[in-house]
Amino acid sequence: MFRNTYDSDNTVFSPQGRLHQVEYALEAVKQGSAAVGLRSKTHAILLALKRSTGELASYQQKMYRIDDHVGVAIAGLTSDARVLSNFMRQQAMSSRMVFNRPIPVNRLVSSIADKAQVNTQEYGRRPYGVGFLVIGGDKTGPHLYEFSPSGNSYEYYAMSIGARSQSAKTYLEKHYEKFMDCNLEELIRHGLHALRETLQQDKELTIHNTSIGIIGPAGEHEKAVPPEGPFRILEGEPIDVYLKTMVPKESADAPAQPPAAAAPAGQEDPVPAAGDDADVQMTED
Amino acid sequence: MTSIGTGYDLSASTYSPDGRIFQVEYANKAVENSGTAIGLRVKDGIVLAVEKIVHSKLLVPDANRRIQSVDKHIGLATSGFQADGRNLASRARDEATSYRDMYRAQSPVKEVVSRLSMYVQAYTLYSSVRPFGVSTIIGGVDSTGPQLFIVEPSGVAYGYFGAAVGKGKQLAKTEIEKLKLAELSTREAVMEAARIIYLVHDDQKEKDFELEMTWIGDETNGLHIPVPKDLHSEAERKAKEALENFE
Amino acid sequence: MSWGRPRNDAVDMFNTYPLNQRAQHGHAHDNFAEGVQRTQQPIVTGTSVLAIKYKDGIMMAADTLASYGSLARFKNIQRLHAVGDTTVIGASGDMSDFQYLQGLLDELVTDEFTAGDGNALAPHEVHEYLARVLYARRSKMNPLWNALLVGGVRDGAPFLGYVDLLGTTYQASTLATGYGAHIALPLLRQAVETREDSLPEDEARRILTESMRVLFYRDARSLNKFQIAKVTAAGVDISEPIVLDTHWSFAEGIRGYGAQTQ
Repeated sequence: MFRNTYDSDNTVFSPQGRLHQVEYALEAVKQGSAAVGLRSKTHAILLALKRSTGELASYQQKMYRIDDHVGVAIAGLTSDARVLSNFMRQQAMSSRMVFNRPIPVNRLVSSIADKAQVNTQEYGRRPYGVGFLVIGGDKTGPHLYEFSPSGNSYEYYAMSIGARSQSAKTYLEKHYEKFMDCNLEELIRHGLHALRETLQQDKELTIHNTSIGIIGPAGEHEKAVPPEGPFRILEGEPIDVYLKTMVPKESADAPAQPPAAAAPAGQEDPVPAAGDDADVQMTED
Repeated sequence: MTSIGTGYDLSASTYSPDGRIFQVEYANKAVENSGTAIGLRVKDGIVLAVEKIVHSKLLVPDANRRIQSVDKHIGLATSGFQADGRNLASRARDEATSYRDMYRAQSPVKEVVSRLSMYVQAYTLYSSVRPFGVSTIIGGVDSTGPQLFIVEPSGVAYGYFGAAVGKGKQLAKTEIEKLKLAELSTREAVMEAARIIYLVHDDQKEKDFELEMTWIGDETNGLHIPVPKDLHSEAERKAKEALENFE
Repeated sequence: MSWGRPRNDAVDMFNTYPLNQRAQHGHAHDNFAEGVQRTQQPIVTGTSVLAIKYKDGIMMAADTLASYGSLARFKNIQRLHAVGDTTVIGASGDMSDFQYLQGLLDELVTDEFTAGDGNALAPHEVHEYLARVLYARRSKMNPLWNALLVGGVRDGAPFLGYVDLLGTTYQASTLATGYGAHIALPLLRQAVETREDSLPEDEARRILTESMRVLFYRDARSLNKFQIAKVTAAGVDISEPIVLDTHWSFAEGIRGYGAQTQ
């Protein structure tokens, strides 16, 4: 039943010094739909692809606000994500309560990473089955972190997690040097282009299946954003204006893909039936 | 390997018939596969250096540190699972804090190491946990002067003049043995540490890497802090020069 | 052997209580034994702390005396304490409680250092933390018996705050604890308010020195030896003890003092 002798629980090292249960947990992250994060000098943003289990179901939440200065996007087991993001909220609140200071984002990410590490070492537990992209702002500017079930966390210029995230990563690696000087609108467009790479053929980004999380000053299409530029999630109608800025895939800028996938995003009518995504339902969202 | 398939290697609480604990040996394998870390104990201080493998070019340079502080005067560098390394560092900090609470004095490095090694050893006793997949170099300057130790996954801890763990351990040790450690200043040791890390890095097999260095000594007021930028880049430049002459 | 009449609470001589509630001879039951009495007063105490804002930051002063009741018990105690590179606190009230707080704060500073991410506690954050600790303790009916001033500079902005054993907090550009809040604060207000941004360092120092002098003459728990801490963008600087010369000849003219009989 097991793939090898050493993968039945997380308290066993393989002879090569590997932890198979942890590696399998990393696979659980890849079952979830993709999320992309990137940052400029002024903004950090998240973009995520939401799934729906059918016509009667709504699209699953992919982003959570942790505090004014922190937000996350998730891929993997939603229930694990809720536990961890709840913990992050408690940490953030505690910092505000005790010290009257927004918690430093790196410490917040480390706190869940340290939690996750314990689950890779003790019998009777399983590693968390969820990955996070965390964006946050502090006095050194915007930041982007990745958290994974192995208990590792890293800071990145840009990153993607979840199903087919490798394609998005390829896009990000090609373009990341430009991100630093982007304004918010350009940054979101890059994010959408990267997220588009994770779509199955014949699928496209719509106002229904896309979430955008932002930290940083208001962009030109945003209204009523406080001057500190706290974390906010854009969904539905407000993201239409960003989807319309996407460059159709045939253009030289975009990585080669079968042309079938490239419905020009510019003038589409963004109302596909919810059931369109039913074939991608998996354990996560 | 004779261990595989015997069933004696599935738990830290099982001896093999010849008295070995294979799970601890496997934990050492996790260390042998990861970036080298070294520590030098010299005349007036300690230098720690690691070869940080950069697994993606999207990583922010300098942001993801592998050398951590245990207390103001103690640093810790790990090789192996980074998450386990963070767990140990956090435990070491707790021990240093508990010593300070009890005695109102900075903890001797030896004391932190001794307590930490007992913690690590406890994870080699039970089937309900796995051993730590890290070797840890702990260096600090206390009232007895510079001190340097390695804590291994087995819980063994020895003091050293020069320490090396991880993939390039053998080569690094050979290089360290050539140094006259007792005569070096920390500043000179920074140069040597950089040179050794560059030397042991195998750029045929490995991806890109980043050199991370910290020091403790008279020049830092006894604080464990990163080597300043200008000295770091000077050491890096000289290391690259030395490497060209070496080949 | 009997040593005399037993205590009233040991024997129910007039059958006030039913048998099952009656105290047994020799096993006196104290109805308040379960009661717990906690800190009712400070023991070894420090007196006033003064602080003002000035052009470059903040300045704080406290004398070096720790009294045991009215006895001037320790004459070289430092009551100003640096918290990291941007904050200083000054303590009046119980000195052992203050030492305990110093331990907590030092641990915080060490934690910030070992985090190694460039974050450090700002003055207002230290103030908030102390307020939480002191309020939590008073809510357990077990207060830390201090009135503290917290001052510092972070990112060019000076901060001065007060917090006491009840967890009460406030902020102002001139602050004083204890006797100083009655005697020195009006002097500080008159000298400093509206001039916080222009007051030069030597004048700030003179204002505090003169206020400490006044306090020494009027406060029987004070000493003519004190320290001044300043916090500027450059960091925290706590001076060596300063000793004031004092003059008591005027007292000869006061009725009831010295050799006068009438």
